[in-house]
Amino acid sequence: MNRRVAITGIGIISALGKNVAENWKALAEGRCAIGPITISDVSSLKFLNGAEVPAYDSAAYFPGNQADFLDRFAQFAVIAAREAVTASALDFRGEFSDKTTIITGSSIGGQGSQDAGFWAVYHERQNRVHPLTIPRTMPNAGASAISMEFGIRGPAYNISTACSSSNHAIGNAFWAVRSGLADVAIAGGCEAPLSFGILKAWEAMRVVSSDTCRPFSRDRRGMILGEGAAMLVLEPLDAARARGARIFGEIVGFGMSSDASHITKPAPEGAAAAIRKALDDAQLQPEQIGYINAHGTGTLVNDPMETSAIRAVFGTHADKLPISSTKSMHGHALGAAGSLEAIATLMALGNCTLPPTVNYTTPDPECNLDVIPNQARNARVEYALSNSFAFGGLNAVLAFRSAE
Amino acid sequence: MTDNSNQVPTVESIAPRVFTVIAKQKRIPVDSVTIESTFADLGLDSLDSVNMLFDLESEFDISIPDEEARNIKTVLEMVEGVRQLIITKSQSQPQPAGGQ
Repeated sequence: MNRRVAITGIGIISALGKNVAENWKALAEGRCAIGPITISDVSSLKFLNGAEVPAYDSAAYFPGNQADFLDRFAQFAVIAAREAVTASALDFRGEFSDKTTIITGSSIGGQGSQDAGFWAVYHERQNRVHPLTIPRTMPNAGASAISMEFGIRGPAYNISTACSSSNHAIGNAFWAVRSGLADVAIAGGCEAPLSFGILKAWEAMRVVSSDTCRPFSRDRRGMILGEGAAMLVLEPLDAARARGARIFGEIVGFGMSSDASHITKPAPEGAAAAIRKALDDAQLQPEQIGYINAHGTGTLVNDPMETSAIRAVFGTHADKLPISSTKSMHGHALGAAGSLEAIATLMALGNCTLPPTVNYTTPDPECNLDVIPNQARNARVEYALSNSFAFGGLNAVLAFRSAE
Repeated sequence: MTDNSNQVPTVESIAPRVFTVIAKQKRIPVDSVTIESTFADLGLDSLDSVNMLFDLESEFDISIPDEEARNIKTVLEMVEGVRQLIITKSQSQPQPAGGQ
């Protein structure tokens, strides 16, 4: 049994906005949400900027003491899931409860809460940490909170594969629905890494830009960390049509590979293998792809590697294939990155508008693809890919189709 | 450490300590590191370089900016870069006599 899989709900919160409409408006306008980090003291950091959810107030989303039980990353997961579930118009209280799976992607979970606990014991010399440090920190907290929010009793778990986490999550959810293992899936990613100790760890890697993120541009100086969550509701296309659901698009393929090479330096062969597997899984020819939402971190190493992987798979079609890195606008949200980019890709297909790579100034001969510099472009595209390549050499690529 | 702030550090005084840091980090014999070595000769990849910079910052109590580190590809350039940073540091914070 191989069922076509429709996306019938989408939800998002990111630096670009607190719902799908705000996010898409910003992406289509090419608005960069990168700015000074305000939720942590960055005065001793070598970089000051991030892509932070602006003026986030948990009390606006969680009445009473509900927010106390959830780290920022898990709060974002619930907020995105609420919007996606509302859009899907599914009611999980009935027969769907047991047949729905929840798969989240989060690389670091609630390490911000852990960071606060460690500050208390190591720095302030307190002899105790907050009693909710463990449940706030666990990376599955987002998946658990979504299951409790909607009374969903099917399998729920989190995948942590660094920057590929949410593509792995969405891909596995896609396969579960396609194969009949699940009748509905809620899948996506959630991350909130703008906590001081985590920022310090990223600073030490020397991969964060001191100002902004300029993917594929010759003067790029690294990534900019972002935060947020995005969730998708997946169900069989036939079921979605039968109940008259709004269909945002389809997931048609998923490919995974491992570089088996280096703990941080990505290998183009591994990235290319994941892209090929996604095409094979979707039974698509390379020439059918009309847009790629690139991993495009803006680091010195990723962007030429990704360019050469795309050239290896697409050959001469690569010269006619527009790609863009929306990380230039919403930052790199690590385990949530693939989910934010899945929404960007779906909205691009649905609105016949390809979001740009902003902050682009100078062509780089090593990144010589059409990266849709600075301005969105009108284009009707049927099939698109979204790439995620993680530290540790773990690659995950999704293939999307526009709604018919 | 006996650097005197009045005395400009020399390549000769810094180089052996840089060799030791690289050799320890890469687990190679210290005499395999020479002033002429390139990072490529020594098999240092980008992550090895980041580790080396971290250890050099500890060894010399300096902060090595990303922008400067990015262009350094040889041991000689690294030694010279460290030397400049030590000079800049001694000029910006005058040490009391007998300082560390």
